[in-house]
Amino acid sequence: MSEDGAPEPEVDAGDHAPDAGTLYDQARWTDDGEYEPLLAEKDATAVEIGDDSPLPDDLTRDSLELPALSEPELARHYTRLSQMNYGVDSGPFPLGSCTMKYNPKFTERVAGLPEAAVHPDRSAGSVQGTLELQAELQDYLGRIGGMDAVTLQPPAGAAGEFTGIRIAAAYHEANGEDRTEVVIPDSAHGTNFATAAMAGFDVVELPSAEDGRVDLEALEAAVGDDTAALMLTNPNTLGLFERDIEAIAEVVHDAGGLLYYDGANLNALLGRARPGDMGFDVMHYNVHKTFATPHGGGGPGAGPVGVTAELAEFLPTPHVRLQADGSGYERYEPAQSIGKVHGFAGNWLVLVRAFAYIARLGDAGLADASARAVLNANYLASQIDYEVPYGPFHHEFVASAGDQDAADAAKRMLDYGVHPPTTKWPEIVDEALMTEPTEAEGMGSLDDLAAAFDAVAAEDDATLEAAPERTAAGRIDQVDAARDPRLSWQALED
Amino acid sequence: MTRRTRGSPYAPGDADDTAAMLDAVGVDGVEDLFDIPDPVRFDGEFGIEPRSERDARRLVERTLGRNDELTEFMGRGHYDHYVPALVDDLASRQEFLTSYTQYQPEVAQGFLQALFEYQSMLVELTGLDVANCSMYDAATALGEAATLSQRVRSVSGDRILVPDRLREGKREVLAAYADGPDLTVESYPTAEGTVDVEGLADALDDDVAMVYAENPTVCGAIEPELGAVGDLADDREALFVLGSDPVALALLERPADVGADVVVGEASALGAGTAYGMGTGLFATREDFLRQVPGRLVGVGEDATDRRAFTLTLQTREQHIRKERATSNICTNQALMALRTAVHVATLGPDGLVDLAEDCVVLARDLAARLDGVSGLRAPVNDRHHFREFQAHTDQPAAAVAADLESEGFAVHVVGEHRIQVCVTDANEPVVDRFVDAMAEVA
Repeated sequence: MSEDGAPEPEVDAGDHAPDAGTLYDQARWTDDGEYEPLLAEKDATAVEIGDDSPLPDDLTRDSLELPALSEPELARHYTRLSQMNYGVDSGPFPLGSCTMKYNPKFTERVAGLPEAAVHPDRSAGSVQGTLELQAELQDYLGRIGGMDAVTLQPPAGAAGEFTGIRIAAAYHEANGEDRTEVVIPDSAHGTNFATAAMAGFDVVELPSAEDGRVDLEALEAAVGDDTAALMLTNPNTLGLFERDIEAIAEVVHDAGGLLYYDGANLNALLGRARPGDMGFDVMHYNVHKTFATPHGGGGPGAGPVGVTAELAEFLPTPHVRLQADGSGYERYEPAQSIGKVHGFAGNWLVLVRAFAYIARLGDAGLADASARAVLNANYLASQIDYEVPYGPFHHEFVASAGDQDAADAAKRMLDYGVHPPTTKWPEIVDEALMTEPTEAEGMGSLDDLAAAFDAVAAEDDATLEAAPERTAAGRIDQVDAARDPRLSWQALED
Repeated sequence: MTRRTRGSPYAPGDADDTAAMLDAVGVDGVEDLFDIPDPVRFDGEFGIEPRSERDARRLVERTLGRNDELTEFMGRGHYDHYVPALVDDLASRQEFLTSYTQYQPEVAQGFLQALFEYQSMLVELTGLDVANCSMYDAATALGEAATLSQRVRSVSGDRILVPDRLREGKREVLAAYADGPDLTVESYPTAEGTVDVEGLADALDDDVAMVYAENPTVCGAIEPELGAVGDLADDREALFVLGSDPVALALLERPADVGADVVVGEASALGAGTAYGMGTGLFATREDFLRQVPGRLVGVGEDATDRRAFTLTLQTREQHIRKERATSNICTNQALMALRTAVHVATLGPDGLVDLAEDCVVLARDLAARLDGVSGLRAPVNDRHHFREFQAHTDQPAAAVAADLESEGFAVHVVGEHRIQVCVTDANEPVVDRFVDAMAEVA
């Protein structure tokens, strides 16, 4: 501690400083030894709601206390915060399962068009442009996934899963069947399990085979009269294509169940394989992954759902289509619609961006995106010292940090100017480093990434545990933060 | 002529790089990397023609250009307030826009702090202890509140009571969320656009897990009996869930003061503008239910230098850890929209926010009075104070009035055979005179 009691800045990258390759020093703003103050620490102004209010006082609150800061002060506050944040344009972002692509700038411009800013309750006749774009995007996505009908309403991937599983439930109910179970491989995304439970199903977890894929025998044992659906990601979270997909589909369909495709890994397959052709009945698309809409620090995304013709009548309402006489577009309620999964029409401005991206790339661009994504993953894996136990993988691979702690290794990678991979998942690989470089990286940047992997692989545990050193904040004690939850600036005053 | 530019424009590298990379991997061509059995190989085409950036942009412009240019006087859950340029500017910074969920907090302090500040603003606005850093929209936040009520209710009930005038879309989303845990959604009566307290009392029994009310209600009425609603719910040990938005919360009764257990609503009333219904789900609750909160929470911790730092916390509630036992399946949320709301709130400050809220009362009151003076109209229908919007009776069929209004360049809601709903804010206030003239033409 320094004389005034403020903690000494510990910016001494010299201890473990690498001296080659790309290094990264993130901006770090401090004030009296603490990081950038909160808005509420910069100002707190209370406003009384008094006699001059247009409402009687029994209908109003007494006062409101918020920061009162000028625009220049706010511009500086948030600009500093942005400098303490890392985006795709900052450097490589190879988070496995997340598909952190480059987000084209022009899609931001089209999402900002004033013509896009219409109210969802507008008459169909007055928003023909919006309905046409929706219908065109439904058509694009249907072709890309090999699906007959697509809804754009689900606002995220998990919402797409919820929609798809509810469609499966409605389908079985319409057939007079009471099916209570959803089968999910142990390596699946956590959302799959949570979605099935939320929709009221029992989860049957399927152990992976030794090769990391679906174990057909285990599948045959798991499915039966109670099976509503199997939820599957293909390629799976290890990047492996489920080679037995036709047999898997047959097993599930023979038991009367439906096959659900989790679209998180669709970027591996564009133009090479389509879920509809593999036997999937329902799927969701993650447009913030496959179709390059920005992740926005966690959202908004969009999770359109595609279905076979047989399931189209269960899609959420309203659905959009070209009128029978071709004169325009209309909204309608599908015959056995599951209802709604979003208050209005989903994350519209995200969908506009996705439409623009697909229209820009077309067949050749989409196929090329997948080719480059898969080549990049394979090239990167070939250049790193960590072992990659499962293959052949596609757009992502899961390396093992071996004797190192994967979370510590990831923290250390931050010092090398790259975002680390997803860590410690899937659990089938010890100390997993799940890596998806996407097509957005060139060979030089992949070499930088490989250098970062290898530098970290060669470092000792003490160095990893001390990392990161060059980021805005040092290692954060998350266990301690959870033990004493303080979730607002008001809680800090207590 | 063969075009030299092919493939994805967002994938770096030339043919030499590709050859070197293939060589390093040890394959002859990139297709060798796809381990896809022939029967499921796709050998067709999507039939989507690649376009230049200019052409792709013009395609969207041309398509959306087919929307009629109408000035909207519309609300009912999706509101338009002027969004300051600072919001667009800061939310466009790539460090925010293109970043991921903050699972590596050391390199994402900026976004975490912005979300922590967003949560804090909602704590002030609601008076509740905890706010999460967003759900998809008001309707899904309400659905999540229902599943929370099922987990925490101290009664053994499975009934969810909502106002009979609840927006249909919101009710359908709620029903979807209620279906899994076998909750039943039922209506209680309203009068003059707000809760019929006696009717609610009659509908309540010990089987009720949750009572939902809105302030303002879907027809814009300000609820005069919120405290009574809270008491009734409390008497039956049902959860009291209140729907609102950050502008209304700045002026109307503080939810904590009327006994609200959960507040849900549209945070996108600030920071977003009209976006065809794209929203931001507000979700706040009492500390008692902290471990039952759906979605992400940002908390305070310390880093290795003992400084205060921010991190996602209590993640054991979430799907990526707890799987089928998670509080919700939500993963991707509306983080950037929450940041936009926070910047908008900060830009307004407490004075600006309360001024804006009071304007919403005065603008609605004045416009209702002016429309009431138009022959063929009566407004407001409900004998209540209003916020932003109100319903009006039309002597002529409402659908015909609305259609004629479209020809005059305006859009309103049709909510009954002889009833329209009109919403006025700072966004459309400059053209109120023309709107009233148009109403006089068509009513």
